Amino acid sequence: MFKYITKRLYQMILVLFVVSIIVFFVMSFTGDPVLMMVTPDATQAQIDRARTELGLDKPLITQYFIFVKNILRGDFGKSYVFKQSAIKLIIERMPATLELVFVSVLLSIIVAIPLGVFAGAFPNKRSSKTIMLGSLLGISLPNFWVGMMLIFVFAVHFRVMPSSGRGEVVNFLGMRISIFTADGFKHIILPAVMLSIQSLAILLRLTRAGMMEVMKQDYIKFARSKGVLQNSLLFQHALKNALIPVITVFGIQIGKIIAFATVTETIFSWPGMGKLLIDSINRSDRPVMVAYLMIVAFIFVLLNFIVDIVYTSIDPRIDLR
Amino acid sequence: MVEKLLEVKDLKTYFHTFKGIVKAVDGVSFKLNKGEILGIVGESGGGKSVTGFSILKLIDDPGKIENGEILFNGENLVNKSEKEMKKIRGSKISMIFQDPMTSLNPLYTIQQQIGEVLKIHTNMNAEQRKQRCINLLDDVGIPQPEARLKSYPHQFSGGMRQRAIIAAALAAEPELIIADEPTTALDVTIQAQILRLMKKLVKEKNTSLLLITHDLAVVAEMVDRAIVLYCGQVMETGKIDDLIHQPIHPYTYGLLNSIPRLNDQKKRLSQIEGMVPNMFELPKGCNYAPRCDYCQERCLKEEPKIREIYEGHRVSCHYPLSREGSHE
Repeated sequence: MFKYITKRLYQMILVLFVVSIIVFFVMSFTGDPVLMMVTPDATQAQIDRARTELGLDKPLITQYFIFVKNILRGDFGKSYVFKQSAIKLIIERMPATLELVFVSVLLSIIVAIPLGVFAGAFPNKRSSKTIMLGSLLGISLPNFWVGMMLIFVFAVHFRVMPSSGRGEVVNFLGMRISIFTADGFKHIILPAVMLSIQSLAILLRLTRAGMMEVMKQDYIKFARSKGVLQNSLLFQHALKNALIPVITVFGIQIGKIIAFATVTETIFSWPGMGKLLIDSINRSDRPVMVAYLMIVAFIFVLLNFIVDIVYTSIDPRIDLR
Repeated sequence: MVEKLLEVKDLKTYFHTFKGIVKAVDGVSFKLNKGEILGIVGESGGGKSVTGFSILKLIDDPGKIENGEILFNGENLVNKSEKEMKKIRGSKISMIFQDPMTSLNPLYTIQQQIGEVLKIHTNMNAEQRKQRCINLLDDVGIPQPEARLKSYPHQFSGGMRQRAIIAAALAAEPELIIADEPTTALDVTIQAQILRLMKKLVKEKNTSLLLITHDLAVVAEMVDRAIVLYCGQVMETGKIDDLIHQPIHPYTYGLLNSIPRLNDQKKRLSQIEGMVPNMFELPKGCNYAPRCDYCQERCLKEEPKIREIYEGHRVSCHYPLSREGSHE
């Protein structure tokens, strides 16, 4: 186990290193940030001075090594726009995004797993077919459109939900969190619904497919012949066996939820790091983009690692070596 | 004094498929006494397993018990609700399955899977359950049972898994065990061990056993009485010695004749001609008639009724064979 974890850590570092190369060089093709920063009537001398100040006059390779050296010290550079540390900007906004992602993920699990189990165990019931139809809609409808429709219906037409912002926030473990206030909770519902719909539908269908497969197995019939009660049959004997592919996809889905949060945050003006990314792209704020990408890549790698560890706690046949 | 434990009367279990109705079990009746071992024999698709599952009411859609009574200790199981059946399954009637490789849940330990029966059906606490699991594993001949409790099924061999399944089936001391081809998936040496073990345990505890198998050698060695099923109907039933040595139904005779014998000089193994009929289009008259060597005109028109030839020996045939296997 320990050996496995060190091996995985080594792999994680390697992946992040490769990501840093890709991110850095791709970013350097996205246009000249200096031109975005100086006033439109700046002279060539002013432009050159700004370039030297930012260190953009050095060769690309040298820039990269400076970049890596700084990252290792936890320094992702200063935002061109805010004149603040890029990583600090992101970390400031991270709680908002993580909160949104957390609620979405929770919503997906709470809705998708029971419905998937039901639809898989009783595929011929009309309610199961309705569930499947709903999940098909969830997968097919474009995400941003769903978000706008939610705003249109619940915020504009019925005026029951706020359409933007985080609402009231409280301090929790040093982070500004809104789900613990009634107003903040109200604000998070619509964006969380929008963000979760797609992954919810995918998880539901996967759970159902797995359950349908597992319910045919002999060990389910054997469990029934032992007189096992319905709930424990479905949610212990069957679900546990159906869960492995669900977890695999779920790990990827959480990553996707984080990525898609940028769209949701933009639509609902949610002040998270996704919105910061979009703003930074509009302003060619390179250090913020790079820092964001590195952090998201890190979260992805970490999630996959956790998923692999979770496997072993579910399936004793999976050996981590 | 023999006490009757189970009586199945005119059981009909049909499967309603898109292509039509499959009469998997069509009017089967039999009795099983306490402590008795009854064999159900027949070819694949003869309705043996469905009969077993019908008793536990574990028939899934599109199957349905259409008719008949299943009297267990005088109570009709057909009328029981699913909730009442859950209390009977595992505690009064338990089941052993064909394939030990797939019958145990791969994600639960042996202790969890045996202990579950005790958890549902008894008031034992965790420590008592553990002790009982150890005793059960010991009974079924698993060495170092205590060390094996925390093992997962994939750490067990096929024979050991089947022993664990038997332990689970015995856990709540049921009155009836239904064993559906319990040794078919095992190799021959293990087969003999498992069968001997089952017979011993059943006789020790005076449990009744319904042994479903296509293997006549198994039946001959294990059971007290047997019923021969063909296309969901009882062809012949009687004491095992009578069945083996003096079969009266041509089908039983055909089955027995198809067993290879070591001291036989024949070049070719005899077999029953033809195949089991399509269950959607059963022949008119006797189901076995198209394959029967002794078929007469009446057999193709009129379905034979089961009748008693002599005490305890019943047969469903218009022209039963006489004692020496020749025609009456």
